[in-house]
Amino acid sequence: MKMLIEGLRGLGRETQAILTRLGFIARFFVALIRRTPESFVRASLTLREIYFSGVLSLAIILVSGLFIGMVLALQGYDILSTYGAGDSLGVLVALSLLRELGPVVAALLFAGRAGSAITAEIGLMKATEQLDAMDMMAVDPISRVAAPRFWGGMISMPLLAAMFSAAAILGAYAIAVPLIGMDSGAFWGNMQAAVDVRVDILNSIVKSLVFGTLVLLIAVFEGYDAKPTAEGVSSATTKTVVYSSLAILAADFILTIFMFRGV
Amino acid sequence: MSEITSDIANLTDVSFGYDESRLILDGISMSFPRGKVIAIMGGSGCGKTTILRLLAGQVTPRLGEVDFNGRSVARLSKKELYAMRRQIGFLFQFGALFSDLSVFENVAFPIREHLNLPEEMIRDLVLMKLNAVGLRGAASLFTNELSGGMARRVALARAIALDPLLMLYDEPFTGLDPISLGVVGQLIRQLNDALGTTSVLVTHDVVESLKIVDYVYFIGKGCVLASGTPEEISHTTDPFVKQFIHGEPDGPVPLHMKAPELSADFFGGAHA
Repeated sequence: MKMLIEGLRGLGRETQAILTRLGFIARFFVALIRRTPESFVRASLTLREIYFSGVLSLAIILVSGLFIGMVLALQGYDILSTYGAGDSLGVLVALSLLRELGPVVAALLFAGRAGSAITAEIGLMKATEQLDAMDMMAVDPISRVAAPRFWGGMISMPLLAAMFSAAAILGAYAIAVPLIGMDSGAFWGNMQAAVDVRVDILNSIVKSLVFGTLVLLIAVFEGYDAKPTAEGVSSATTKTVVYSSLAILAADFILTIFMFRGV
Repeated sequence: MSEITSDIANLTDVSFGYDESRLILDGISMSFPRGKVIAIMGGSGCGKTTILRLLAGQVTPRLGEVDFNGRSVARLSKKELYAMRRQIGFLFQFGALFSDLSVFENVAFPIREHLNLPEEMIRDLVLMKLNAVGLRGAASLFTNELSGGMARRVALARAIALDPLLMLYDEPFTGLDPISLGVVGQLIRQLNDALGTTSVLVTHDVVESLKIVDYVYFIGKGCVLASGTPEEISHTTDPFVKQFIHGEPDGPVPLHMKAPELSADFFGGAHA
């Protein structure tokens, strides 16, 4: 009996701690959104962050996209041609990229490349009292440090996802047409006929915006909330990658239910 | 308008603790007269830095009143608090320089953030501030290229960038070699007199600070244990202050932390 009560108490404490933390994150999100105008009035701050999280992530996004597209073409053609549907390869590649792989894989790569960097940078600024120093100089660290990183990433994310899909489609083309010998007209023509602007492209953009919000909120918050020690910053960086990956995959499942059920 | 009083800041019967169970400051009162350099001394963890945080409005007292320039700090809105902080310079223990900016940009930071000045004027102002701490030649360096003493001086130049009414120094002498120590000490005094500000320094470096300050507060157990001019302090008969300024290992502040009897620990197996 005593053990049961202890167990329940422990469970209650855990739940309370999780809810408190979620509350903190929600309040932090509101604070970020309220400081949006300042990030755009002082565009140079946000532009700098677009460079760091967007432009510098381009290489990994494009190379990964190319490889994923090539693999998709090889595997897809193999199965499709068994059923005599080898000509639909373009459709398979474009739909799987636009609906799922593009936004999801680009967001996972973005979390690992840019999200972790944002957390580590903000966490170290906190550990070395730079955020405190800003606050003492009457400069709000959320609007000077956190908000530009958030918005810089938010602008980069859908663009990176689009470029990922484009690179992957080119990779798939490179395998399908010159290597396998598929007809170029069938590849592009079937793709063009099957892809719908609203269902596929718009939903793809919505997905990458949602994933971007999750990754950046987690990255900025974890950095801001990191314990000001070496271990604190390293554990915050790990948390960013783990939590944002889980959040992306869970959110993708929910979004897919709403977007593509019955399509 | 705030009235002009002879004190730039006051603490009146202030009590403060970071958690419910323990008070760090317990009904402490202090005043900081304009134009003076005042030292707050006491052992580690006695709440010295907390006093600076109270003065800057980073924490609010549980009881009592903190006022700056005639206004109660706790009652200010965030906007007013930020307006007040523009009049306060804060030197962090390890400088807290922005590692992604050069020395020049670090000093320019508060000027760019708060004043809308043409680039040439910012350049002149920054070089003047850097010249005041003797580091005009280091303007183009990055913060990782500076020694500890230089970083402290750059941080000092940044803290005085907006000509503050009150300068707060958190352990300005920690970890400096004897030459840098003397330089920083002299700078604190000279800048105070040249800019007409008031300086409050939290320190446990007795020798260096008694050379430059006008008034000293000794705090411990949450209140002021002794206070006076350096002259009065050096001739004090107070046993705590005597122990502190002469650096005696044992006295009113015991060498040993509270523990069970020695015999109980070694032969009684208390922790076994």
